[in-house]
Amino acid sequence: MISFSLLMALFMALLTLSVRPMGAWMAPLAAGSLPSRWQALDAWLLKLFGVDGRGMNWREYALAVLTFSLLGLLALYALQRLQGVLPLNPQQMGAVEAGSAFNTAVSFVTNTNWQGYAGESTMSYLTQMLGLAVQNFLSAATGIAVAFALMRGFARRESADLGNFWADVLRVSVYLLLPLSCVLALLLVSQGVLQNLSGYISFTGLSGQVQTLAMGPVASQEAIKMLGTNGGGFFNANSAHPFENPSDLSNLLQMLAIFLIPAGLTHTFGRMVGDKRQGWAIYLAMSVMFVAAAYALAYFELQGNPLLTALGVESVAGNMEGKEIRFGVVGSALFATITTAASCGAVNAMHDSFTALGGMVPMWLMQLGEVVFGGVGSGLYGMLIFAVLAVFIAGLMVGRTPEYLGKKIEAFEMKMVALVILVTPLLVLLGTAVAVVAAPGLAGLANPGAHGFSEVLYAFSSAANNNGSAFAGLSANTAFYNALLGIAMWFGRFAIIVPVLALAGSLAAKKTLPQTAGSMPTHGALFVALLVGSVLLVGALTYLPALALGPIVEHLTIWSGR
Amino acid sequence: MNIAIEQQQGRDKAGVWGPAARMLLGLSLLLGIAYPLAVTGVAQVLMPHAANGSLIVKDGKTVGSALIGQNFQRADEFWSRPSATGGSAYNGAGSGGSNLGPSNPALHKVVAERIAALKAAGPVPVGPVPQDLVTASASGLDPHISLAAALYQIPRVAQQRKLDAARLRALIDAHTEHGWFGDNARVNVLQLNMALPR
Repeated sequence: MISFSLLMALFMALLTLSVRPMGAWMAPLAAGSLPSRWQALDAWLLKLFGVDGRGMNWREYALAVLTFSLLGLLALYALQRLQGVLPLNPQQMGAVEAGSAFNTAVSFVTNTNWQGYAGESTMSYLTQMLGLAVQNFLSAATGIAVAFALMRGFARRESADLGNFWADVLRVSVYLLLPLSCVLALLLVSQGVLQNLSGYISFTGLSGQVQTLAMGPVASQEAIKMLGTNGGGFFNANSAHPFENPSDLSNLLQMLAIFLIPAGLTHTFGRMVGDKRQGWAIYLAMSVMFVAAAYALAYFELQGNPLLTALGVESVAGNMEGKEIRFGVVGSALFATITTAASCGAVNAMHDSFTALGGMVPMWLMQLGEVVFGGVGSGLYGMLIFAVLAVFIAGLMVGRTPEYLGKKIEAFEMKMVALVILVTPLLVLLGTAVAVVAAPGLAGLANPGAHGFSEVLYAFSSAANNNGSAFAGLSANTAFYNALLGIAMWFGRFAIIVPVLALAGSLAAKKTLPQTAGSMPTHGALFVALLVGSVLLVGALTYLPALALGPIVEHLTIWSGR
Repeated sequence: MNIAIEQQQGRDKAGVWGPAARMLLGLSLLLGIAYPLAVTGVAQVLMPHAANGSLIVKDGKTVGSALIGQNFQRADEFWSRPSATGGSAYNGAGSGGSNLGPSNPALHKVVAERIAALKAAGPVPVGPVPQDLVTASASGLDPHISLAAALYQIPRVAQQRKLDAARLRALIDAHTEHGWFGDNARVNVLQLNMALPR
């Protein structure tokens, strides 16, 4: 626990230091008004892409999001199906099977990056670069753009203008994601992450056995995989693979990269609404839940597996099945918390082999709706939905019309909030229920008993909340799971984005009321506690019964000695 | 529904599909071709060793990667961790973990078998077996074992190679790496085995 606390302290210190500069970097992009020295370049870029930059109302904005995503889906599907006849394919990978190609296309377009395939034996370099990595950028930019639109909803008064989606995506991609990715990619290469276009190499190892090593342009993809909270690994083992994540430093960089933009956006939000404390309150609420979850996960993993101890295995190291030595339990537990608190889904350890309760923590973090930092953009707009819920509950308690940041919260807003909060539990619980009674669903289980149920619950929690990590024993590359999880991912993304934009449109149209002595302050400790309470309460009430059937039963079985 | 919205806005279809197509095409070229090629170019010029797999060359021939473990099974070598890679152990083109859950009897069975195999291969110290030596890593390509797991194998390797245990201990110490906080002592198995006297 001491080294875990040291790593946690280092991580939180670096992250907190990054919040203000990152927030300031993104603020002009959110406001849509760049500093004057960039305006000539910006005008040229918009012209190059034929984007007029005209303001959109929420319906136009939503339509642009959906159209862009749908087109991305079709392009990525086509690329996977045609990769066999396209260049940059030294291993001569054939066309990806149709069901898997559909699932993967949905997965990357929705910023989920659930992976039903093994990268090194399925995808050509061209598909990785031009397909998967491009959607890593674009789905991330889309999420950030939607968060910008919601910020504008709070910041603007009596306006229909939420900004221009095309200009937002273009600016976020070119001014934010691309430069960050270039720097991170080269830092990762310096640690030993691959970056080449060679075919796989084979040689005779030290004791005479032939070994083949997969190659590829890994670092460039790894960088945006983390920065865009995408999480889809170049290789099957994801960030556990030494060629994706070779050292202590690469592990820390990857963990920081996951939270960098979601954390910075809280500050951007504060600047946009003209009160930085509002952003810090959100950051604090997220941090409290994150740190608590990380300690819980580390505690359970360090306890180890008593059933192995009974066989004569030492337990000081904690539970090491499915973990890498260079990360140990400490570096794996922190990474697992970060990747599921954010909707990243990259893994540096196999979550399926975590202890029962250790595996429940990432599952529950996803089920909270990916709002503890969450995905780039999506984490902030998800958390703001809970903030609206929190002021609504507080308003009910004291009998006042709830307001947030000067905007009156009325029936239409609450309908959209309710919709957003209800969509993912519906997808998760319904999907899990279908899969555990249907024969093709049960056929995918790798582990027997309660753990098998956890595998399915984890899969739907991950898909519907656009995380992408897995209890990877589940054989999910089947027609059944490819279709069902594909649907969960699509609606888990866009059935949230559309009501969020509707909410943004409705808020932008309202007047901004002045703060009075009767207004509830939303930057203090009381509000932070209320916000954390709302998130945890909704998460607990929704998922505790299902969690009791999976990880909780498994934990009791293991520790009762059978 | 989309069409209804568009009519409501009084805009034709190209109003959305046009920019969507231009954006996707333009950004694909920039982010999907130019960006990875530029990073590849810079990496190949500045850091070719790291960018190409940190390969270890001995007598002019590649014998492995400093970052990827190998499947050592002979009694006179230090063993790596068990590997669950696809096809065969330590398959560098088929990474992955076992994904066995903590309550799965299959996990307990395979761990018991590995303990038995370790003890059958030669003398071992008394006491519990270091856990990483009998559990599979996440990637199946873990280049390291814990310091404890290396020390645990000294009696066997010393007996097989007719070496002094103290000399092996010194060799292990010379190859031990630590985590940032002095914890997580570990040994790169390939490099340790390469350093063993013949």
